[in-house]
Amino acid sequence: MAKYLLLKHYRGAPAPVNDVPMEQWTPEELSAHVQYMLDFAARLEGTGEFVDTQALSPEGTFVRYDGEGRPPVTDGPFAETKDLIAGWMVIDVETYERALELAGELSAAPGAGGKPIHEWLEVRPFLAEPPTVTE
Amino acid sequence: MNESLLRELVPAVIGLLLRRGADFAAAEDAVQDALVEAVRVWPDSPPQDPKGWLVTVAWRKFLDAARADSSRRHREVRVEGEPMPGPGEAADDTLRLYFLCAHPSLTPASAVALTLRAVGGLTTRQIARAYLVPEATMAQRISRAKRTVSGAQFNQPGNVATVLRVLYLVFNEGYSGDVDLVAEAIRLTRQLAARTKHEEVAGLLALMLLHHARRPARTGPDGRLVPLAEQDRSRWNTRLIAEGVDVLQKALTRDRLGEFQAQAAIAALHADAQAAEETDWVQIVEWYDELVRLTDSPVARLNRAVAVGEADGPRAGLAALAELDPALPRHTAAAAYLHERDGDPVTAARLYAEAARSASNLPERDHLTRQAARLNAQLRS
Repeated sequence: MAKYLLLKHYRGAPAPVNDVPMEQWTPEELSAHVQYMLDFAARLEGTGEFVDTQALSPEGTFVRYDGEGRPPVTDGPFAETKDLIAGWMVIDVETYERALELAGELSAAPGAGGKPIHEWLEVRPFLAEPPTVTE
Repeated sequence: MNESLLRELVPAVIGLLLRRGADFAAAEDAVQDALVEAVRVWPDSPPQDPKGWLVTVAWRKFLDAARADSSRRHREVRVEGEPMPGPGEAADDTLRLYFLCAHPSLTPASAVALTLRAVGGLTTRQIARAYLVPEATMAQRISRAKRTVSGAQFNQPGNVATVLRVLYLVFNEGYSGDVDLVAEAIRLTRQLAARTKHEEVAGLLALMLLHHARRPARTGPDGRLVPLAEQDRSRWNTRLIAEGVDVLQKALTRDRLGEFQAQAAIAALHADAQAAEETDWVQIVEWYDELVRLTDSPVARLNRAVAVGEADGPRAGLAALAELDPALPRHTAAAAYLHERDGDPVTAARLYAEAARSASNLPERDHLTRQAARLNAQLRS
């Protein structure tokens, strides 16, 4: 088994096919979307492939070290930052092909008009533990 | 009685319940419940006959569950009263359980999880922690696996090859957690080897022992990977090596070679060298030839190319590597190593950095990055 991160972007991914901002959906469309996500996670738990899902606030702060004895410097949020992560799902699956298949299903979550969003998700493999046998 | 001794009884007890007519999923649950009770009760009142105690308690748990289940479904309890003693040799039950848990209808990960629970006697929580997934996910993986094999005949002879693949996976991909999966894989393979004379079971056990013997030398104090050639061989476990070599030699005399015996033979040749320079690479290449013949595996071909580089010089190794698909895992790392040996640090440094970017695990990536950094520092000075 290998773990993959399915990464959802607020910004930075190519535009989805059904590109209507969420605040312009009907309440029923929003409910259908949320239900789809819950059902998807529950189904993956049922197949023994679910690890974690989290959503992030879009508001972030950049922080860096500013030298001995000084408080860290903060900056941002930067409106111009290209990449902005909205959240993720972590899955534990048998093959890379299965990870792509599941990402495709997640991307079909319904949006405006009850139609699939076709959102671009980024699939990133986790670095694993080293194998015991190396030669 | 310690936990692993208790766990050794698990497969035989499950097997007994199966022969008394319990279905696999219910039998397995009942034995897990009995284990929980054993852990609670035994410290204060240890039983005279631990296995008998487990059978009695597990059978009672099974009947309780069956009654609760049938009253929920308003049906009659079909299994009643005192259990019938099962026919046949109890020792075979453990073996049959290995086959059932590695049934060919299961995916590798499901077979691994089911084997660790039903043969290894580990709890779902321990298995979940070992594989870094939530307990609920692992519980589902196990119960799906049980459903998949529920129709399988317990008495049918199984497939040794699938059992060995499962045990090898547990050994090779042993992660963290409070259970040492590498040690558990060895325990389960030992237990299997005691029940079957199959030479590849011995081959796998030898392979595990010989690799496990190197574990103290495989990582540095800061957790970094120490490659075979740089390992402090005085830290290798000589007792495990002696046992591994002994197990392997007995298997090889049967003259039925298989991939695990061939891999173990390669590990034994490494173990035999007092220093890396004394390694018998010519013989190792011959064993890789056998391994390629047996498995036709691209990974074996890649490792063979590296061994050829040691036996016949880096140019020969690079030539062997050139015949393989560059997309193979560790192909670039092998090329980097052979180019360095061939006196081309510029190419080697570039390839090490490239290999680091495509490494599939963190210690390997760090190791490859360090190799690139070492060469780049040399090139600057």
